[in-house]
Amino acid sequence: MKVRLLDIAHARSGDKGDTANVGLIALRPEWYPLIERCVTADVVAAHFAGVITGPVARFELPNLGALNFLLRGALDGGGTLSLKTDAQGKVFSTALLRLVLDVPDDEARAAGVPAAPTIP
Amino acid sequence: MTRRVVRVASGQGFWGDWLEAPRRQAEGGPIDYLMLDYLAEVTMSILQKQKERDPAMGYARDFVGAIESVLPAVLERGVKVVANAGGVNPGACADAVLALTASRGAAGRVKLGVVTGDDLLPRLDELLAAGHELRNMDTREGFDTVRQRVVSANAYLGSGPIVEALAGGAQVVITGRSTDTALTMAPLRHEFGWRADAWDQLAAGIVAGHIIECGAQCSGGNCLADWRTIPDLANVGYPIVEATDDGTFGIIKHPNTGGRISVASVTEQLVYEMGDPRSYITPDVIADFTTIRLAQDGENRVRVFGIRGAPPTDSLKVSIAYRDGWKAVGSLVYAWPDAMEKAQLADRVLRERLERLGLRFDHILTEFVGVSATHGPLVKDPGRDAPEVQLRIGVRGHDRAAVERFTRELAPLILNGPPTVTGFASGRPKVEEIVAYWPALIDKRVVTPRVEIRS
Repeated sequence: MKVRLLDIAHARSGDKGDTANVGLIALRPEWYPLIERCVTADVVAAHFAGVITGPVARFELPNLGALNFLLRGALDGGGTLSLKTDAQGKVFSTALLRLVLDVPDDEARAAGVPAAPTIP
Repeated sequence: MTRRVVRVASGQGFWGDWLEAPRRQAEGGPIDYLMLDYLAEVTMSILQKQKERDPAMGYARDFVGAIESVLPAVLERGVKVVANAGGVNPGACADAVLALTASRGAAGRVKLGVVTGDDLLPRLDELLAAGHELRNMDTREGFDTVRQRVVSANAYLGSGPIVEALAGGAQVVITGRSTDTALTMAPLRHEFGWRADAWDQLAAGIVAGHIIECGAQCSGGNCLADWRTIPDLANVGYPIVEATDDGTFGIIKHPNTGGRISVASVTEQLVYEMGDPRSYITPDVIADFTTIRLAQDGENRVRVFGIRGAPPTDSLKVSIAYRDGWKAVGSLVYAWPDAMEKAQLADRVLRERLERLGLRFDHILTEFVGVSATHGPLVKDPGRDAPEVQLRIGVRGHDRAAVERFTRELAPLILNGPPTVTGFASGRPKVEEIVAYWPALIDKRVVTPRVEIRS
């Protein structure tokens, strides 16, 4: 089953130099385990291929139902050096929420996550 | 027995934040402290340049207006103010505040605490000679590559000198480069008498500071969760920490204000600009963000508890700014039909002209605002029907003349490039000097904070 991250999580992002951080937060605590299993550093690195130049690191905060991702080489040098509109990585949050997960049907049903709307 | 509570209110999340916020925090309900955070990484270098032009400048001038707006609360209700508004010139900031209080008939009635010792710029040669490398802590590059271009260098000080100023009776504490979180933690440490090794309490104070240091960003501002339903943002309430001596606290806001304080809004702020959550390093303590527990505790009140801390490292972070070339960014707007195709052609034409002129840049970046500026290749092609696309193109390099020349090459495209172009009313792009950021570490023992009480 296709599940849009946008429907099961919210997020906030920011910067440290040329690294963007994206905090990804489950909209319901019971959805966190599925997010933790599916949204790995590799999945996020593949999602941002062509957008960032460096590796992705992931940290878990089960206490907050959240994951923290560090995206290296995300901000065209970062800070005052960057020529980007989003020099401070403020909108990497929803860029990550564009991710669509492929979740086994029984796991999705057990977690109670909504299916992505089918495109007519 | 009811535990004593101390309320620290956030009234400014950066230099440029809402001018109304400090007064609204001081007058909207009971608070004990008003915390004002003015300094971002690049702010110190801007202030250093201002100080070079005028030795009486180099601090956040908005702060004088903020003090004016909260002066009745300071004088009549004993509200204390803690701010890093001193920038690279805390002494001049204090002079300006004292001049203001005198002009309002309050001469001698406001005691200031002025924290200095963070400024390492005059000491750089001495420190390097003593073997402090100031290597870039991210890239490991040696400091000699930027030494001659340094604009400012400041160590991040912790809560100690602020606590000392408050113990000395200061009603308004002005610091230079203190950590943002210390501005909140220090008043709690002072009020509750937390020892310097009370790791869990100190860590709680740091987490409280992290939650409110960006002002309304934890109380409904920039909040993605359920954003449509967040009430009355025009009247948004800035956050207040309501703490007890055991290191637990609530995040609240004044009654009759807009915005929202929820587990979701506070969590968004907790993960903002986060690195390794197990190791949030400050000069006072290392806070473990994986121990934080949140609970909704009534409407617009989140309880925060469970926080654990550990001893800090032997180093302080140093924020160094250095000159690193020039940049300029300009834009043109292309209209329907085929707006994207026209903008792409304009980009190719412009780049070809820059090439033929033989101009050398370190980097040229093109963005198509309305299509790919924020999410890049994650977005599908908009097709022919986009109503408009903004071509936004920027260059940077160390040859100032080349960057200047680039700014002259955009406007001609209006008459000699692709059709249906507009949006050039703001004129030629401005050439800006790049002041880049160099983070380093230094041995704590060579940085000596100083506290002066003035009135």
